[in-house]
Amino acid sequence: MTTPGAKRWLLAAVIAAFAVSYFSVHFNRYYLGLVIDVGINIILAVSLNLINGHTGQFSLGHAGFMAVGGYTAAKLTLETSKLVSPAAAPALFVAALLAGGLMAALVGLAVGVPSLRLRGDYLAIVTLGFGEIIRVVFQNMESVGAASGLKGIPGFTNLFWAWSLAAVTVYVVTTLVNSTYGRGFLAVHDDEVAAGAMGINPTRYKVTAFVVGAFFAGVAGGLYAHHKSFLSPTGFDFMKSIDIVVMVILGGMGRTAGVILAAVLLTLLPEFLRGFADYRMIIYSLLIIGLMMARPQGLFTFGKVKGGKA
Amino acid sequence: MDWFLQQLINGLALGSIYALVAIGYTMVYGILRFINFAHSDVLMLGAFAAYFLAPVIAKVLPPQSIGGALVVMALSAAICAGLGMLIEFLAYRPLRDRPKLTVLITAIGVSLFIEFTCQHDRVFGAKTKPFPTLLAQRDFMLGGLSVNSNDVVVVVVTALLLAGLWFIVQHTRTGTAMRAVSFNEKAAALMGINNDRIISFTFGLGSALAAIAGIFYAMRAPGIEPLMGMKPGLYAFVAAVVGGIGNLPGAALGGLLLGLLETFAGGIPGVSTYRDGIAFAMLILILLFKPAGLLGQAQVEKV
Repeated sequence: MTTPGAKRWLLAAVIAAFAVSYFSVHFNRYYLGLVIDVGINIILAVSLNLINGHTGQFSLGHAGFMAVGGYTAAKLTLETSKLVSPAAAPALFVAALLAGGLMAALVGLAVGVPSLRLRGDYLAIVTLGFGEIIRVVFQNMESVGAASGLKGIPGFTNLFWAWSLAAVTVYVVTTLVNSTYGRGFLAVHDDEVAAGAMGINPTRYKVTAFVVGAFFAGVAGGLYAHHKSFLSPTGFDFMKSIDIVVMVILGGMGRTAGVILAAVLLTLLPEFLRGFADYRMIIYSLLIIGLMMARPQGLFTFGKVKGGKA
Repeated sequence: MDWFLQQLINGLALGSIYALVAIGYTMVYGILRFINFAHSDVLMLGAFAAYFLAPVIAKVLPPQSIGGALVVMALSAAICAGLGMLIEFLAYRPLRDRPKLTVLITAIGVSLFIEFTCQHDRVFGAKTKPFPTLLAQRDFMLGGLSVNSNDVVVVVVTALLLAGLWFIVQHTRTGTAMRAVSFNEKAAALMGINNDRIISFTFGLGSALAAIAGIFYAMRAPGIEPLMGMKPGLYAFVAAVVGGIGNLPGAALGGLLLGLLETFAGGIPGVSTYRDGIAFAMLILILLFKPAGLLGQAQVEKV
């Protein structure tokens, strides 16, 4: 099964992002920043959904890959932005994002090959461990500011980049999963042993999902770095990974549309709760518990639950 | 050589604390097969229970005496045992038959809920509070080594508690039932064991040990605050997995190993900042080469 018209949708989304960003100078800066945050979180959630949802490998280390991508891209633009003319800045930015994504993918490969032999809880623990190790390494790297963080990253990220890359992520993940090759991800999710018996190499599929997911997390990290202009290792701790996992679960594991909605909702929710700043995080935690009790299949999942395991 | 022995004593004390916490993780995992993320917060609540109880007890019993300290510890343990059972009853029991992942996420939610509630200004507040001196501590020399009396207390009390736990699990009817439920929940129920009661008891026992560990941890730390449980919780959890999750002696062994690793790595300049990374690196290496942990038994997956 292929996704009909997926390319057209992608093109439409990119054009829409470009058109809206053309007028973005007239927008309120606060809301503009928020909309960019939403775009970045969509990339993170959709890419984690490929690993956790479609392939069924519970990873708790997505923030680590985001950190790798963010630091790589930021360091690259910091070192080179003064050398090139301002006109070449977008090209430089794209190159930096790509480099960040590739670096994250490389780390994803290094993490994935040994750890994906483990299953379930153990995989969750090992990915959590790798995420923490990545954070500790950045915390000790003097060249990227160590614990005090990396400052003065040029603010290249705008609405166009955030949303068109979000569209690209959604396009790649959906077409990948819906391709003939991609059916293997779902097979591994549904039953690893049966998938193996059908001639699918579960490890290869798991590693592929991991590497692709890590790549987009790295791109999201690069966007994030050039959006906030500041990176600190504590911003990529275990809590950040949990935030992304909650988006995937809230949206329904393996449901791309639901995950996008959840990413939008969960980015905006804390802003709406700003009036109750003191109770904001308490409400957030109660939301997680309540959701698991009432709708473990995700907020936007109706009808038959795919696979039945998630 | 002196440096080595000194670190060994420190490491043993810290490792004992991790061992007490790791036992709680491992017992819950052994029976319910999920990671109780809220366990580290029970440790924090134990320290806070002692913080509020100590001034009250000091009026009745002589302050900074062994008797007073024991009463404070016992009461805090009892409070936390109740809290642990309450968490199980409210959050985990309704999800007993759901997929493990659902329970895991709920546990993360419970942990966040406790942390953020306690950080609220009307509860404990986010500021660090000085922990009251429960026991007068002094250093004494032992063959050229300075030994802190509190470290000795920690190691001795932990050893006694672990021995008590071993007795409960191996030689009482409740302990036999715990092992039965852990071995096969359905079969245990068919044999007339009340699973809910046993699971509740397990949570109570683990939480009581965590409370005592929390008090010990607070005695060594500069103060207590609502997020103080995160680090020992994470280390103890790593310890439980390293020792073989679900295995009691494994948890104790893992705890001691982690405590020693932390003090030795922390004592070497240049390595100390990578301490947390080293603990996780050890965890990953052990899981890769011995996925069931040091003392755990590998399970064959049936198709």
